[in-house]
Amino acid sequence: MFKYILKRIGLSIIILFGVSVIIYFLVRLMPTDYLTTKFSSQLQQGTIKQEDIDRIKELYGLADNSFKGILTGYFNWAGNLLRGELGDSFIYEKPVAQVIVENMGISFIIAFIAMIFQFAISIPLGISSATHQYSFRDYTVTVLAMVGISLPSFFFAALLIRVFAAELGWFPVSGLVSAQEVYTNSFSDRIRYLLDMGHHLVLPMIVLVVLSIGSLMRYTRTNTLEVLNADYIRTARAKGLSEKKVIYVHAFRNTMIPLVTLLAGILPSLFGGAMITEEVFAIDGIGRLAYKALQAGDIPFVMGYNMFLAVLTVIGTLFSDLMYAVVDPRVKLGK
Amino acid sequence: MIILLMILIFFGIGCYLNNKRKKTNIVLENIQQVAQNDEKALINDENLEDEEEATYKELTPMQMVIKRFFRSKLSLIGLIMLIVLFAFSFLGPLILHGFGYKWGETETDETRTIVEIVEERTFVDSDGNEVTTYQIIEQEKYINDKAAPSKSHFLGTDEKGMDVFIRLMYGGRISLTLGFVVIILETFLGVVLGGIAGYFGKWVDQVIMRIVDIFNCIPTLPILLIASAVLDSWDIDLKYRIYYLMIILTIFGWAGTARLVRGQILYLREQEYIIATEVMGLPVWRRIFKHLIPNIMPQLIVSMTLGLGSIILYEATLSYLNLGIPLPYAAWGTMISSANDQTILLNYPNLWIPAGLLIIFAVLGFNFVGDGLRDAMDPKMKR
Repeated sequence: MFKYILKRIGLSIIILFGVSVIIYFLVRLMPTDYLTTKFSSQLQQGTIKQEDIDRIKELYGLADNSFKGILTGYFNWAGNLLRGELGDSFIYEKPVAQVIVENMGISFIIAFIAMIFQFAISIPLGISSATHQYSFRDYTVTVLAMVGISLPSFFFAALLIRVFAAELGWFPVSGLVSAQEVYTNSFSDRIRYLLDMGHHLVLPMIVLVVLSIGSLMRYTRTNTLEVLNADYIRTARAKGLSEKKVIYVHAFRNTMIPLVTLLAGILPSLFGGAMITEEVFAIDGIGRLAYKALQAGDIPFVMGYNMFLAVLTVIGTLFSDLMYAVVDPRVKLGK
Repeated sequence: MIILLMILIFFGIGCYLNNKRKKTNIVLENIQQVAQNDEKALINDENLEDEEEATYKELTPMQMVIKRFFRSKLSLIGLIMLIVLFAFSFLGPLILHGFGYKWGETETDETRTIVEIVEERTFVDSDGNEVTTYQIIEQEKYINDKAAPSKSHFLGTDEKGMDVFIRLMYGGRISLTLGFVVIILETFLGVVLGGIAGYFGKWVDQVIMRIVDIFNCIPTLPILLIASAVLDSWDIDLKYRIYYLMIILTIFGWAGTARLVRGQILYLREQEYIIATEVMGLPVWRRIFKHLIPNIMPQLIVSMTLGLGSIILYEATLSYLNLGIPLPYAAWGTMISSANDQTILLNYPNLWIPAGLLIIFAVLGFNFVGDGLRDAMDPKMKR
């Protein structure tokens, strides 16, 4: 087991190295150069000369865009990474790690609450549609789940904004808190602040939940169907156990086994933020920051963010493989 | 082109199933009837041949899959949805033009219209009476933009004066074609690399699977955004941009297929009939293409249909962020992005809601069909 984990970690490092090379080269090829954009107006006014910009570019290590230049740029970046530094973000003017940590919170809260709803809704639905296979209920749930999977997030978000925010006025259109409200540090104001935030987050959360319910529900349904065909379920029924007990005690726990593999996908989505949804609702979570950084050509932040996601994916995959062996004793690690 | 691709796919399915038929025995549809038949056979031995013809039906695996597929209502609905969608986007413009609907994909409506802007002012005069005056300003518009739905524009015109209904059709062409091309390229790459990894094993497997791992770990949406932004700097003719987009989507999408193929081949290699081919001394290419690949076709076809939906979604997202199909060409995602403008979001639902509905329609259709195919091709399913 220990040896297996070590081996996996070693492989992960190779994988992350490959990921970082690909992303770095693509990012350096992007047309939006942060410094050119930043100084373009000053260049036109004549307050700064082209040579100065070139010198600053040199300082940032962005001057040479040939293959060799990018390669040295990459090794600089990787060297800094080994020293534990991700560099400073150009547009946020702070260390990348700090920006990520500071803005991860709100994305995490949204994703976490959405995930709780997702599990609370889709697992019971999946089980009940499996136990009532091919019934009207099964078809309804399946169709709804499929519609959820098929929704483009930006379209669904725009639709929600139009109906619930603009037309009915139940929820605010965008942002995290109301701009006109003033909050002091007192306890009652803090509560008000939290409530206001919650009010703003209802629509984004609905988007996240509706979009993610489908796949989990289908997954639960398939697993439950498989388990219900197993011999020990027939045994349980033959013993004369109530249907409730058969399903919720004997079957349920075993339907959960393959769900462990979902952990791999959950980890990045919990911490990585939802780019499109945050952008549409103008919530300054980590996803929106990354999108802005992408547009501005903020290389250190884009690199930092993407590597952060890649690390989360690697950890998630490793974790889900380990958990699988823990949950299901039939699985042996390290073949 | 798309029709050609469809034919190719169905040809592929057909080949696979024909191949399978040779291996599997005759499937008896109705055991009861067979039993009856046997009884009769005991009574009358001579008529055995004729009796058999009449009392039970022989089903090829292909027929069985089709029968199971159509038994599920959802897959039937999905199929109809897709047929309607294909007809809408590929035949729609032709039919409409035949009936004298004159707008093209990138054509702006330049009919001059006169717009009346009415300003209303209310004031109270010295006698205390309320007086309302109306000032009417007539303005000539050179482009008939944001026109309301009418007979000449079924869904009105967008903010550039282009006909929304026609653009929906052309957008559909782009989405569907792109989806099909990308999924075929992806499957091809996935089958070749996954097949090599699974078949040869050892260090070849190690190298290819690590590459697959790398591509699996790259966050999809950010890398697609970065790659499409890189395209901007290459000064590509707008017309050809879609081909580059296809390549990008393929490069960052094949890893899943490769993993699926490899897993299947590892499993199949242990099966007796594959060992038998080895014993018989068949050449490698024949073992791979005649015996291994046809047996992973069911899983591949299912993953292709389901993958089509997600490719269409990715393309729409890229277009929504103005990184996909460039204007003036039509794409559903770009049409939805006009809703970022508050006035369009609130007052002109005809500009963006139909495009969104069509995306859902397309993805849902592929998901229904894919789901139906999975159930139909699964030999364990008894229904």
